[in-house]
Amino acid sequence: MVNVVNLLFQFLDSFAFIVLAAIGLAIIFGMMGVINLAHGEFIMVGAYGTTLAYNAGAPLLLSIPVGVLATTVMGLVLERSVVRRLYDRPLDSMVATFALGLALTQLTRIVFGNSLSSIGIPLGSVQYGQFSYSMYRVLLSSVALAVLAAAYVVFTRTEFGIRARATIQDADTASAMGVETDRMYTVTFGIGSALAGLTGALYAPTMSIVPGMGSSFLVEAFVAVVTGGASVLLGTTLAGGGLGLVNALFSNVYGTFIGQIALLFVAVLILRFLPNGLSGAVEGVRERMERENT
Amino acid sequence: MTSPYERLFGRFEGPNTIGNTRVFWAGLTVALALAAAYPLVVSAYTAGNTALFMLYGLLAMSLSLVWGYAGVLSFGQVVFFGFAGYTFGIVSINLGSTLGVTMAIPVAVLVATVVAFLLGYFMFYGDVSGVFVAIITLVVTLVMQTFMAQTAGDEWTIGEVPLGGFNGMPGIPNLAVGTEGAAVSFSGASFYWLVLTILVVSYLGLRLLVNGRFGYAMVAVREDEDRVEMLGYDIRRVKLVVFTLGGGLAGLSGVLYASWGNYIDPSVYSLAFATLPVVWVTVGGRESLLGGVLATVAIEWFRQQLAITGSAWATVVVGTLLLIVVLALPEGIVPFVHRKTVGFVEGRRMVGEDTPAADREGTAE
Repeated sequence: MVNVVNLLFQFLDSFAFIVLAAIGLAIIFGMMGVINLAHGEFIMVGAYGTTLAYNAGAPLLLSIPVGVLATTVMGLVLERSVVRRLYDRPLDSMVATFALGLALTQLTRIVFGNSLSSIGIPLGSVQYGQFSYSMYRVLLSSVALAVLAAAYVVFTRTEFGIRARATIQDADTASAMGVETDRMYTVTFGIGSALAGLTGALYAPTMSIVPGMGSSFLVEAFVAVVTGGASVLLGTTLAGGGLGLVNALFSNVYGTFIGQIALLFVAVLILRFLPNGLSGAVEGVRERMERENT
Repeated sequence: MTSPYERLFGRFEGPNTIGNTRVFWAGLTVALALAAAYPLVVSAYTAGNTALFMLYGLLAMSLSLVWGYAGVLSFGQVVFFGFAGYTFGIVSINLGSTLGVTMAIPVAVLVATVVAFLLGYFMFYGDVSGVFVAIITLVVTLVMQTFMAQTAGDEWTIGEVPLGGFNGMPGIPNLAVGTEGAAVSFSGASFYWLVLTILVVSYLGLRLLVNGRFGYAMVAVREDEDRVEMLGYDIRRVKLVVFTLGGGLAGLSGVLYASWGNYIDPSVYSLAFATLPVVWVTVGGRESLLGGVLATVAIEWFRQQLAITGSAWATVVVGTLLLIVVLALPEGIVPFVHRKTVGFVEGRRMVGEDTPAADREGTAE
C-alpha cells in the first residue's frame, strides 16, 4: 500500500518535470517547426533571473515573474534578430540555436561565475509512513496541469490562438485574410520562451544554479516532443503521462538512471511503432470510432 | 579517348565535389607534401598535437558525409567515436600484446559501425526524418554521457578493465600493427603520418563514393526524398548505408583519439564535444569534404591558443562564429571562397577569350 502512494508521488513528480521541461519547446516546434536547441539555456536564464532576484532580497513569488520576464525578453530579441531569418531552413535553425545556447552558457559562466547560491526548497514536506515528500514538488504537478490548461485555452479559445493556428496551417492564406503572420510568429516564440523561463523559475529552488543546468532538462524535453507527435498540447500531456509513469515505475524499482534508460527505450519503441507519435495514435483511434458510429 | 589525366583522376571527379581540375590536384599534392614534411621541422609534441586536430578532421569528414551529402543531421557522431574509443581501450588492454592492439582496431571500428547500423535502422526504418533524427541522436549522446559517468563501480569492469566512470579509462596503448618482434608502433611524428595517411585515403575513398552511382543517390535523397522514392530507390536503405558508413569513419577517428591520449573519458559524450563536429562542418562547408577538415584544424588550433592564454572566451567566439556562418554564409566558408574564386577566374577568362566559360570548375578547394 505504501508503495502505491510512493509511486503516485513519484509519478506526479515525473509528470510535472516532463511536461514543464517540454512545453516551451513543444509550442515553438509544433507551431513554428523550429527546434530550439537553446531551450535548455532558456530554462537556465529563467532560473538565473529568479535566483538573482531572490538573492537580491525579493520574495520567491515575485522572483519567479522576474525569471519569466527575463527569458521572454531574451526570446523576443533572439526571434527578431536570428530565428526569423531561418524559418524556411529547419536544420539550420537548429544549428543556429545550438550556437546561441553554446554562447549563452559560456557568457553566463563568465558573468556570474560557476554557480549562484541557491534558494532552497520552500513549503516544507508531507510525511507518509517512512517517506517524506516535498510539498513544493507536489505543487509543481498542479502547476504543470494549469500550464497545459492555460495553453489549451489560449490556443483554441482566443482570437489570438485561432490566428496563430491559421498562420501555422497556411501562412499565405492567413496573411491574405488579414492576419499579421510576422507578429504571430514573434508572439508564439515569445510564449514558448516565457514557458521555458517559467520552468527554470519554478525549478530554480530545487536545483543547484550552474550555467550548464539547462542540459538536465533536455533529454526529457526532447523525448516528450519527439514522442508526442504533431498535436502539441495533447502530445505533451500524453508524453508526460505515459513517459512519466514509465519513468516513475523504473526509477522507483531500479533507481533514477535505469528510469531514464527505460524512458528512452519506450520512446524508441513509440517512434518505431507509432510514427505519428502518441497524439497521432490517439487521433487515429478517435477518427476510427467516429467513422464506425456514423 | 581517355587522357592519362582522366584515367587517373576521372573517377574522383564529379559535380558532388569541388576541386575537379589539374590545378586542384597539383595544389593538393603540394599541400600534402608540405603537411608530410611538417613533423620534420617541428617538435614531436607539436606534431602529435596537430595529429589530434587531424583525427578530429576525420570525425568532421564523417559528419560531412552524413549531413552534407545525405542530408541527415546527426549530433551523434561522437557516440560512435566514443564507442570505438572505449572498445579499443577495453580490447587492447585486456589482450595486452601488440597483436592484441592490432586486433583491437578492427574490433573497435566494427563495434562503432554496428552501433551506427542499429541506431540508423531504428530511425530510418521507423520513418524518422529531418529534425527528429537530429534530436534522437542528441538524446542518445546525452544518455551515453549519463551512462558512462556512472560506471565508476567495480561491477562495471569488462575483463580486467574498469570503465572508470567520470575518471575515465587510462593506460590505453599506442596504436601498433604487427605481432611481437615484428611490429610498428605509432607515436609522435609516426602517429602524425599515420593520421595524415588515413585522412588522405578516407578523403579519396569518399570522393570515389560521392562521385559514383551511390553518391548520386545520396545527394538526390538530400535534395528531394519523395522524388527519389518515386524513381524506385529505397531512401531508407540509402540513408542507413550512409549513416552506418559515417559511424564507421567516426569510429576510426575514435580509435585514433583513444590511442593518441592513451586515455578516454565520458566527456567524449558531452554536449560540448557533440557540438564540435557540427561547428567544424558548418563553418568549413558541409558539402565539401575538405572544408570540414580545414575548419576543424583551424578552429581547434584557435581554441587551444585561447585555452593556453587562460581565456574563457573560446566557446563564446566559436558560438558566435557558428551563428554568423549560419546566417551569412549558409554554405560554409570553403564553398563560398571556392565559388567566388571560380567566378573571378572564369570572369577573367571570359573577358580574355570571349567564349562562354566551360562547366569545368576552377582552382583549388
